[in-house]
Amino acid sequence: MDKLQLTPLAEVHRGMKALMAPFGGWEMPIQYEGIIAEHRACREGAALFDICHMGEFIFQGDIVADGLEDVFTFSVASIPIGRSRYGFLLNKNGGIIDDLIVFRLAQERVMIVVNAATAPKDFAVIKERLTGGTLSDITAATGKLDLQGPLSREVMNRFFAPAVAELPYFKFITTQVLGCEAIVSRTGYTGELGYEIFLPSDKVVELWELLLSDSRVKPAGLGARDLLRLEVGYSLYGNDLSEETTPLEAGLEAFVNFGKEFIGKEALLRQKESGPSRVKVSFRVGSRRSPRHDYDINSNGENAGIVTSGAFSPMLGCGIGLGFVRPELAAVGTPLTISHDKVSMEATVCNLPFYTGGSLRS
Amino acid sequence: MDMYFSKDHEWVKISGTTATVGISEHAAHELGDITFVELPAVGKVVKQFETVAAIESVKAASDIYSPLSGRVTSINETLENAPEVVNESAEESGWICTLEIADPAEVAKLMSKADYDEYLKTL
Repeated sequence: MDKLQLTPLAEVHRGMKALMAPFGGWEMPIQYEGIIAEHRACREGAALFDICHMGEFIFQGDIVADGLEDVFTFSVASIPIGRSRYGFLLNKNGGIIDDLIVFRLAQERVMIVVNAATAPKDFAVIKERLTGGTLSDITAATGKLDLQGPLSREVMNRFFAPAVAELPYFKFITTQVLGCEAIVSRTGYTGELGYEIFLPSDKVVELWELLLSDSRVKPAGLGARDLLRLEVGYSLYGNDLSEETTPLEAGLEAFVNFGKEFIGKEALLRQKESGPSRVKVSFRVGSRRSPRHDYDINSNGENAGIVTSGAFSPMLGCGIGLGFVRPELAAVGTPLTISHDKVSMEATVCNLPFYTGGSLRS
Repeated sequence: MDMYFSKDHEWVKISGTTATVGISEHAAHELGDITFVELPAVGKVVKQFETVAAIESVKAASDIYSPLSGRVTSINETLENAPEVVNESAEESGWICTLEIADPAEVAKLMSKADYDEYLKTL
């Protein structure tokens, strides 16, 4: 196995006695104080996450003439400068190579933010599909910190230019912090008001300490992040999404623009015609039991699918989960049984998001 | 009151013919935030080192093995809605159940607190 990559904060995390674990080829903090306490900090106050493991690429060129417009399931050319868009990189079968966000920096310049584990493959695939322009991997030189939670705007307002506090959802600006240029985006993965901050990696420790100097901010690890994203129903690549899953199966057709060309479109159109044989399902458990990745989903005593993400939801006080089932079992209200070895729990199909009280759009 | 530990990180406190059972502070810490405890039915008969209850945390699901054989005489109902009490006080208020002891001689297969602390250093 390759040596794990370290973020600029690796030493800081160890100093804070964080529980560290491998994630996507990186050694990452899973928790500091505890997952539930960090989850609460994000739902009620402000939580700071080290997200330096995510990949960042810069494309420079003519978006249409150089072929970038046909690479993803969404139009890049129509993203206004200063805005970002979420969607997919697909293989020719319509399977998801990655889910990602594209930031329109300038007329002929975009930043592509991808998952850590898939970054090397994404880079190769995107590069191969381009007919011109340049694509560079700036992951090592780029740090990323996420500040998320209902108090995050007030905290940002202390340390960043006033324009940051004015940002609407999915808009970003380039601004100065700690004497360097940073991109601050009003996006996140928690369902709360929040910001993603991209800055030179050699400034990450300094910004981490600056933000934590505000007593309202608590450090949070990937354990809390996973719980936060699941409560609002966001898919996690590697758990809920893979190259064997299409956006149609994953219930994410809203992020596919059939009015443009992209690799995988023909396969998706065929699947749209025939209907997928399995679809994403979201369910609540009737107790505090946690469904977990790879648990079986049963209906009337027969296997009906598989759990891809599951946890105990502190906000709902019960188990929640995502998975895939035969389409006829995905209707809201359908009873399901989740099982694994001796463990069995009754669940009911529900709508997403599980948790609706977040400050995301406040 | 005599307190003993098992290699599976359960504890038992013995008072006359009654044993109170729980998981060690070490086990609670290792599990992380505890989100669910499946308590046994009162009256259930268990054998030493067999499953008496189950516990789930944000990280994992695991069985709790009874340190002694016996019959369950009471359960800590607080844990049904507040399993986090196990994290807060694993060896006191976070007890799981009490047993009517079947065979006091089984204590010989358990460790004292001092021996358990030594055992933890070997893990």
